[in-house]
Parts: sequence; C-alpha cells; structure tokens
Amino acid sequence: MSDLLEPATAEELAAAVAASEGPLELLGHGSKRDFGRPVQASQVLDLSRLSGVTLYEPDELVLSAGAGTPVAEIERLLMANGQMLAFEPPDLGPLFGQEAGRGTLGGMIACNLAGPRRIKAGALRDYLLGATAVNGRGEIFKTGGRVMKNVTGYDLCKLLAGSFGTLAAIASATLKVLPAPEAVRTLMVRGLGDSAAMLLMSRAMMSAEDVSGAAHLPEAAARHLPHADVGTAVTLLRLEGTPRSVAQRLAMLAKELEAPSEELGEIESTVLWRGLRNLLPFRGDHTAAIWRLSVPPTAGADVLRACGPVERCFYDWGGGLIWLAVAPEGDAGAARLRTALAASGGHATLVRAPIAIRAAVDVFQPQDAALAGLVRRVKESFDPLGRLNPGRMYAGA
Amino acid sequence: MRMPEPDQAAIARRAEIALALRRILPAESVIEDGEARRAYESDGLTAYRQPPLVVALPSTTAEVAAVLVYCHENRLKVVPRGAGTSLSGGALPLADGVLLGMAKFNRVLDVDIANRAAVVQPGVTNLAISQAVAPAGFYYAPDPSSQIACTIGGNVAENSGGVHCLKYGMTGNNLLGLEMVLIDGEVVRLGGRHLDAGGYDLMGVVTGSEGLLGVVTEVTVRILRKPSTQRALLLGFASCEDAGECVAKVIAAGIIPAGMEMMDKPAIHAAEDFVQAGYPRDAEALLIVELDGPAVEVDELIARVEQIAKACGSTSPRVSRDEAERQRFWAGRKAAFPAVGRISPDYYCMDGTIPRRRLPEVLAKMQAMSRACGLRVANVFHAGDGNLHPLILYDANKPGELETAEAFGADILRLCVAVGGVLTGEHGVGVEKRDLMGEMFNETDLAQQERLKCAFDSEGLLNPGKMFPVLHRCAELGRMHVSAGKLPHPELPRF
Repeated sequence: MSDLLEPATAEELAAAVAASEGPLELLGHGSKRDFGRPVQASQVLDLSRLSGVTLYEPDELVLSAGAGTPVAEIERLLMANGQMLAFEPPDLGPLFGQEAGRGTLGGMIACNLAGPRRIKAGALRDYLLGATAVNGRGEIFKTGGRVMKNVTGYDLCKLLAGSFGTLAAIASATLKVLPAPEAVRTLMVRGLGDSAAMLLMSRAMMSAEDVSGAAHLPEAAARHLPHADVGTAVTLLRLEGTPRSVAQRLAMLAKELEAPSEELGEIESTVLWRGLRNLLPFRGDHTAAIWRLSVPPTAGADVLRACGPVERCFYDWGGGLIWLAVAPEGDAGAARLRTALAASGGHATLVRAPIAIRAAVDVFQPQDAALAGLVRRVKESFDPLGRLNPGRMYAGA
Repeated sequence: MRMPEPDQAAIARRAEIALALRRILPAESVIEDGEARRAYESDGLTAYRQPPLVVALPSTTAEVAAVLVYCHENRLKVVPRGAGTSLSGGALPLADGVLLGMAKFNRVLDVDIANRAAVVQPGVTNLAISQAVAPAGFYYAPDPSSQIACTIGGNVAENSGGVHCLKYGMTGNNLLGLEMVLIDGEVVRLGGRHLDAGGYDLMGVVTGSEGLLGVVTEVTVRILRKPSTQRALLLGFASCEDAGECVAKVIAAGIIPAGMEMMDKPAIHAAEDFVQAGYPRDAEALLIVELDGPAVEVDELIARVEQIAKACGSTSPRVSRDEAERQRFWAGRKAAFPAVGRISPDYYCMDGTIPRRRLPEVLAKMQAMSRACGLRVANVFHAGDGNLHPLILYDANKPGELETAEAFGADILRLCVAVGGVLTGEHGVGVEKRDLMGEMFNETDLAQQERLKCAFDSEGLLNPGKMFPVLHRCAELGRMHVSAGKLPHPELPRF
C-alpha cells in the first residue's frame, strides 16, 4: 500500500478513503500543513490533482473548481474579469516558511480564511455555495448548489468551511464571487495608542462611509509595512467603490473623525492592504509562536493589554481580530491569552508554533462539555472511523 | 401529505403531560384545551392543519431546557414555533407532539452599536430589531416579506431572506451568535459579538435547520448602518429575455444593486389593478432596481444602470426622484401577493432558485405547463439572486384544483432543479417540499444530512416529519451502506 494517495476524480477520492486502513492526512499544496494539531496519519491523501476551474460565469457571480485548484489561479482568472474573492483570503504559506502564492481552494475552505474585508463582506463561509465531498465512510455527497439563495436541506457547506479536513475531503466547490472595486483609498492616522485606535475604528465603522478595512498597527508592527518610514503607530481605514464616491467619502470620513489624517493613494493602498492580509508585519520572524484572536471589536485593546507581554502584534477587523506573536516557549501563552479573552468572549487560535507545543496545548479554543460533546458527535456523523485528519482540531475529534 | 403515524399512547396521556408541564411552567403557559390549541393548528401554509397535543409557552432558557428534558425523557415529539408564518409548514404541529411556542421570548436584550451587534430573544420580530437600532441610524438587513410578524428565531430556523439578499445576504450571513438548547436540555452558546466560530461553524449549520436540531433561545445579530441614500429605477421591457439580459449586464458591469426584482405581465397587471403603482401595462416584464449607499455612489450607479437598461431595450426607464416615488415603485411589488389574491380565490406560492440565465427557458416551460394543466401562473422574481416565486392561481372549492396546483408546483420545482437550481431559496423545505428532496439529493446526500441530525437529536424528537422524506432511525444510519440510486431498507415506512 502506497503512503501517498493522489486521486484525480471524486470517485477515485471516495475509493481511496473507503480503502484506507488507517488515518489519512489531507493535503493540498501543504502551504498550511503546520496549522492545527499534528495528525498521526498512516497515509497522505493528496488532493492537488483534483484541479481546475470547471465553471465560471462572471455575470452569475459563480465559480466552481476542483479542491486542488491553486487559489492563485482562481484569483488570476477573477482579476482578468474584474472580479474577486471578496473575503480576501490571506496567503499563510510564508508564515509557515513556504513560498508565497501557494495554497489550494480546498485548503482555503478547510481553514475558512478571511482577510481585512471580513468586516464588510463576510468570511469564506459566506461565499461557499456548494460542494461535493467525500465523508469518512468513503461516500461522495453533495451539499448546497450553484445558486445564491438556497435553503434546501442542512447547509453542510458551513461545516466544511473551517473544519480543517476533519469532516470530509472536498472534491470540488462552488463559490460566490463579486466585482472588484474600481478604486481604493486609505485614510491613515498616526500615533494613536491602542485604546484610542479602537475608538477611532469604531467610529469609522459606525459612520455611513462604508469602511471596508480597519486596522491598527502599534509602532513595532508598523515598522514592517511596505512604506516603512512611518516611525509611529498607524491606524488605517480603507474605502472602496467608484473613484468619485471614494474621494468624497474619504473627505467626509476625515472630517468626521476629527483627527489629523493623511490619504494613501490607489497603489499604496493596494500594496498596504495586501500586506496586512498576508500578515506582512510578521514577515522575517520565523520562530515566534503566532496567535489569532477574534474578540468583540471594542474589546480589542483591553484584551491585548490583559494578554501581558507580546513580541509583536496588530489589529484588524476594527479591533476584533488580533494577530500576535509570543515566544515559542512553554504553552506559548495559551493560558494567559485565553484568560485574557474570557471576559469579553471570543476565541484564540494558535496558528503557528513548534510541533511539540501544538501537540501539547489546545490549538483551537477549548469548549465546555456540552459543546465538546456535540462537536465530537458531529465529527462522528461524518467520519465515524476517524479516518480524516484525526486530532487536527481537537484530541479525539 | 403523510405525517408520521401519531403515537396513540402519547395522545392518551395528554392530561398527564399537561400536568407535568405545569410543574415546569406557570399554569397559564400550558395550553391543553381543545379550542385554545386550535389557534396553533397551522402556520403560513394553511392547506395543512393539525392541533398540537399540548402547547407549552416557556419564557426562560431554563424553562425551555426543562420542557425539553421532560419531552426527551418521555420520548415526546417537540415542534418549535415562532410567529407561525412559515410558508412551508415548518411549524405545522403534530397530533402527538408538544408545540413549543417561543412568543414569550420577546425582549431586546442589548443594543451594542459600537460593536455593530444587537442581542435579542428569539420571539422578537424581524422588524422590531431594526426599530430597536433605528435611533442610532442602524438596521438589521434581512427583510423577509413577513417582517412585521415573523420572529428572529423563526428567521434563524428558516435562514430567511428577503429582497436584498444579493448585496446583504440571508439570515445566516447576518448572525454573530446563538444560544440554543438541545433536545436533552443541554445549553450551548455559539459565537458571540466576535466574528467566526473558533471551531466547527455549528451556528452556520443550525441556521436554516428548520427546528430539527435545537431550540434557539437567544440571537446576536449583526446590524448595519442605514445607507444614506436609496434610489430605485422602474424599467419596463418587451420581453423577459430583455429584462434578464439587463440584470446580467448590470452585474457584469460590476454593480451589485441592493435589490433587483422582476415581475411578469400577469403579476404587473394584478399589482397595477390593485395599487396603481404606475407600472407600464404594455410591458411583458418589469424590473425594479434599487441602489443604496453613499449618495454620490448611488447617483453615479443609477445613471449607469439606466444606460444599460436602455441598451437592453427598456423603453421608458424611470428613476425615483424622491423617497415617496421610490416607495411607489415598490408598492406594486410589495402588494404582488395580495394583488394576485384578488384575481383568484386561492394561490399557491412557490420558491425555487435557478441560475439566472436559464430564466427565459424556465418561464417558457412554465407557461407550457400552465396551459397543459389549465391553471394560470404569475411570476415575481428576486432577479439578482435567481430566486423565483411563481404564484399558481387556483380555486380550492373546485374539486381537484388544489391537487392540480400542487402537482404543477412540484413540476416547477423539478424544473428548477433540472436547470441547475434548487427546490427552495428562502421558504424552507418543511412538509411542503419534503417529498421532493430526492429530486435534488440522492440517498447518500440525504443520509449525511440525517446523520448530522442524529448528532443533535438521536431520537428524532425535534420537528419530525419535516425536511426529510424518509425518517431513518439513527442506529440504522450508523450501519447503512448505500449504493447510488438504490434505496436501502425498503421495508421502512415512507411518509
């Protein structure tokens, strides 16, 4: 029996799962292979041959492709048609020491990735219209469809998104896509402390100017931005739309915020937000443990303060998403970070850490007994034999 | 429509069950009396009626949990109910089941503008959420047509939509958190005021699960700043093809309108006769395109849409000049269902979704079916997202017409699936489309969904008889091996 299975069709994928005698590690390009708890697998199920866009109808806003299709290929195709993946999936590869621009559709779905536009446009889970997948029994099933509006049966797509390959191996999927904005500009405010920045972002998000990105970088993180001459903390607000609309809203927003601000142009903005999306502030750091905290936006600064010392950090999603780096020692801060967000609610995910730490601490937010029991039963309903990425998210699930 | 065979033993125990429930709930929150129970006998799908075994009206999460624990221990079926506006029979009671009415959960618990969130109890109406956050200039985006009556708990159960889904999504895209009680009384909290689940997106799959997975006791919704400007275009076309082409070209031009509604000629006439909205009677198809957002952007995009419409052959496009005119444009569309109700003793509202470009073909085939069965059909269509609402006109007093209308409706939904669409875009499967699930899903697809049901409710006590054409016992699903197209366990009852 080969250690590497490389199905090229959904039927071959189903046969491979059905015939497997032990746990399988699901793999696309491997760009995020070190995200999650280590999987003890006897075989690798490589999905990258399930590749290719099978349907793209720009005026219907839908795209279907095999799970192994490179995200870069999909984004190139969309860009050529003036469209985009609105949820701005980050390229996490470089964080794990992989080259940039890798990653497959299946991997992106498995991690439910979303970037700065999450606050306006939603996450991947909001754009996954349908999928064909193979459960742990080796059965092909489909869920959802190719239309925008569909409530026929349980929306299993929601479970596939963000389940890290523990429920099913996706063979192909259909996404909703959106037109790309014609223009983008950024309003930058310098020198704010974290709490003041939370307030500013909150006011910007409450305004009528339709902010599509709101991030704050303390000075240590701002130093790693593309235009590295800032020398201060920066708070960044993005506006997108038609050129006239963006220009006018930018002026309005600047006035409403009553803080000295400066405008970043089209190219600068594009580069900047791509950098934030792809975690540029952590580039060059290959060792620190990296966490991702999702909290109520206004709680961001308080949560971070309660976390204690961190090496580097920045806020996205108007303060609701905190990326932070700590020393890769002990529990990599798991206990103190999770204590810090207990009051506000939210979750902390250990995105990058040495394998020994990921095996020892809860990579994903621990759950109370009722929820953990439900999660275990859900896992069993898809994968009763524990064949698919067992233990990747939770011990025994 | 066959429902599961009622458990006569449960029916015989009605008085005892009511008594037990009165130990959990205040006496007036348990309804046993026949006449009072009858008030709950149907939902928005009025063709089906069944008074429940007994009605329980809890007012706290602890009471919901206690009622469910009792029902679970006594193997009693439970049907959760919000306002009872479901168009698919989602809240249709069972003769041997406890109806769990959530109407007493009617409080807005917290409005948190800074975090763009509102925490509400499930019995709060959809519109009341928008009203609660309106003073701050905010609103809750999903707007099903029943929004003055339907509750957010029901919206979560049905993943309700509305006319603005293309831009703002459905209920599931606008939720942040849920508190839910499982059938065994366990309380789980999913999400919160932060974004995305830390683990499996259980909130996502509970949304639209039609009351089969748990009972929602608290909902945290995402609220949005009200757009500063809303303007609409009223566009008449000489054919549905032209109107459809206009919709496609608007989207291809990179414009996502807040709403794009289409009506065919019978619907235009019915609406115009009813409310005199100023719709062009000579048009074969009418489009209402609404844009919202910052004023400068809306003005710019309105002009572009008008140009596209003219290029697609719209003869006399009209742009709303003020709020009153915009409301007038919408008046006919919003009155379309009652307007059709005026020209026919009864009508049957369907809810398929299709890939938009197949619209002309679907409409043509539907007209042929209409001629063949002798029943008229009027169409309103959420054109932006492909959600079609054919209204089949019939007279229930004429023998056989209801059955003909239902058969026609089923044929329309089969057609939707055949062209790549789905059975239901926003009304839910319920009892209405339950037996059509096999048109869209094979046995393996359905078995996977049923196994998920087992993870939440292994005894199948929550809302049985809805959504699934065949109800398998979980133990059987556990060992079931299905080969494509072959129905396992032919000895099991189908209902």
